[in-house]
Amino acid sequence: MRTIFEPTKGMLPVDTSYCPGCTHGIAHRLIMECVEEKGRLGDTLGVSPIGCSVVAHEFMNIDMCESAHGRAPAVAAGLRRVHPNHLIFTYQGDGDLASIGAAEIIHAANRGEKFTTFFINNAIYGMTGGQMAPTTLIGQKSTTSVEGRKKEVNGMPLRVSELLATIDGAVFVERVALNSPANIRKARRAVMKALEVQEKGLGFSFVEFLSACPTNWGYQPIDALKWLTENMIPYYPLGNLRCPEEVK
Amino acid sequence: MATQKMFFSGFGGQGVLMIGRNIAYAAMLEGKEVTFLPSYGPEMRGGTANCTVIVSDKSISSPLIYEADLVCVMNLPSLIKFERMVKPKKFLFVNSSIISQSATRSDIQTAYVNANEIAKGLGNEKAANMVMLGAIVKKTGVVSFDSIEHVMEKTFAGKKQSVIDLNRNALHAWD
Amino acid sequence: MSERVLMKGNEAFGEAAIRGGCRYYVGYPITPQNELTEFMSREMSKRGGKFVQAESELASINMAYGIAAAGGNVFVSSASPGIALMQEGLSFICSAELPLVALNVSRGGPGIGGIQPGQADYNQVTRGGGNGDYHIPVFAPASIQESIDMLYDAFSLADEWRNPIMILADGMIGQMMEPVTLPEPKIPVSEAEIAIRKPWALSGTKKGNRSVVKSLRMQPNDLEKHVEKLFEKYRQAEKELVKYDTDRIEDAEVVFVSFGTTARIVSEVIDMLTEDGIKAGLIRPISLWPFPEEAFSKLNPKTKVVISAELNMGQMMTDVKAAVCGRFPVRLINRTGGIIPTSLEIYERAKKILGEYR
Repeated sequence: MRTIFEPTKGMLPVDTSYCPGCTHGIAHRLIMECVEEKGRLGDTLGVSPIGCSVVAHEFMNIDMCESAHGRAPAVAAGLRRVHPNHLIFTYQGDGDLASIGAAEIIHAANRGEKFTTFFINNAIYGMTGGQMAPTTLIGQKSTTSVEGRKKEVNGMPLRVSELLATIDGAVFVERVALNSPANIRKARRAVMKALEVQEKGLGFSFVEFLSACPTNWGYQPIDALKWLTENMIPYYPLGNLRCPEEVK
Repeated sequence: MATQKMFFSGFGGQGVLMIGRNIAYAAMLEGKEVTFLPSYGPEMRGGTANCTVIVSDKSISSPLIYEADLVCVMNLPSLIKFERMVKPKKFLFVNSSIISQSATRSDIQTAYVNANEIAKGLGNEKAANMVMLGAIVKKTGVVSFDSIEHVMEKTFAGKKQSVIDLNRNALHAWD
Repeated sequence: MSERVLMKGNEAFGEAAIRGGCRYYVGYPITPQNELTEFMSREMSKRGGKFVQAESELASINMAYGIAAAGGNVFVSSASPGIALMQEGLSFICSAELPLVALNVSRGGPGIGGIQPGQADYNQVTRGGGNGDYHIPVFAPASIQESIDMLYDAFSLADEWRNPIMILADGMIGQMMEPVTLPEPKIPVSEAEIAIRKPWALSGTKKGNRSVVKSLRMQPNDLEKHVEKLFEKYRQAEKELVKYDTDRIEDAEVVFVSFGTTARIVSEVIDMLTEDGIKAGLIRPISLWPFPEEAFSKLNPKTKVVISAELNMGQMMTDVKAAVCGRFPVRLINRTGGIIPTSLEIYERAKKILGEYR
């Protein structure tokens, strides 16, 4: 019999703790499939954030460490100093990366740190129960913006990929979405390229995943994907913002 | 000599810390126990700088002093502030090129050293601190000229011969 | 033995760390320890190590956490408010049981405070400013030679205990110069050796096991078990790492307790009192945690008063009182804000206090 599908060895054979319809699982699998495809499972190091995916190390079959809230890029910079040739990534949500960890991500990018950051943007704080994130959309309701986010009070949602793309050291920046099979295939290609940039030592690489949080958005899984498509993508346009010649 | 407590003070840039450090270094070479404690603060050119040096035959407990066997002042504010620190019968060195006032105390030994003028005469006013160092060594014998010259060889290693000559001449210029 | 050299404290810290096996240093500018960061930026790359200037102390301690998690021997330094910023990271590192050496060249506080020497970080470093149940062994040097010896040993100690080791110096020790003898450099652990010597460290699953470095434990039972395990280690550390000096306490009627810079001034005070015919002694805690309670069992019954002399409002006195356990009155001689009292000031205040008990 011909094998047409096998689960990646990059994921441990356990159930994840993520809610039904959450796209963390897809992002995990894409990343670990790419690491496996590159034959790097044995020398890849991952840093999990604070947030729902703090427990990513219970699912990803590689050496991993946790990090304090927002500090994953600093931790990865530390790992990189000891292991110059390993594949290293951080996996961070929007509260972790764009709010409390804004300084660390900017300076890691600016130093051109040779690791990859996978940024899960679901426009909300998940683990703490649906509070407003820096990426929460205008008018979007959260438990700390019950009437919806207001520009005058909270400012505009932060476009992290665009911000990082202004930094020389961030040589690969792409925003993808996990809302459809076609976009998921594109996301996988972005992950592969980001890892390739790292392997070639070209600089800091960054992939932003627009993701769904049905639980905290208050939608059924399918409706959540629809909400993502109709509301997030118009404000957070998909596509590559920076890509070095070497991986084009 | 059991323990010599010394204090050096002036404007930043006059090289007062260098005087203290040379004495500390030379004393160490002579096998003595030494502490060198500089004042520190926000970096500021022209601000006040001072340091405390203790040289002893036995181990030194406190590196801080409230009275001194030797006080060296390179500017007027230092004279006004620190003249009182000199123990009776002990030494006060005054840079008389910069300070026109005299010491008020008569129970101490005061030496007036026109350090800047002498250094200028040698070709570079910047060596005033080395003139003062030479005066201190000559008058008190706290360390030997040999040790100081040894220290200078180390600190000026790699510098131009003219710089080394200037500083050596400055060291022996006062009498 | 190598020859004596005249070294500034801040540079001696760096030289001793490198000789003691430090391969990675992470720093951020803050007075009064800047010469150390500058020294490490010059020296680390020359000596086979790596230097990182972080964007903040938050980043420093977390880079150091990453380095330690990957098995590197790492050193971070800062001064009081910078150490405050590191406390979250230190708590995390204690829970994750990673080795690390931290140096606090402390100054006056609270807040930004000042930049002159202080000991008002006593509580911050001995109690742990971070959250949760944990301890960090803290050693306080009184001279540059002692700083060198402590930093030289600190890296292997951190590895052995898989815990941060903190050195608490102050601005005076950092800025002062004294003649020192430097120890022979240790051979540092190479990156290739890490996987073998530290199988718990992140070096990739190709080493044969999967390493996870973490501090999250969502189940209270797991967390309690973990904390109890940490405390078995701390109880052992309390026995093995306690360190102190005593001077003339056998027949002293006044016994000072003092650490670091202050202890040196107090030593001079003891000489001054002895000249007056007053029997005075000193307990100098070298380890601040564990606090050397056992030293106080050596106090003689003729002791009239115990004086805690420190550069803060009496933070150590809490530990002194607990150790004295009501056997003798405990009094405080202190200055704060960055002021260091002269020996004369302490002498006069001590005589006055002693007068109340004679």
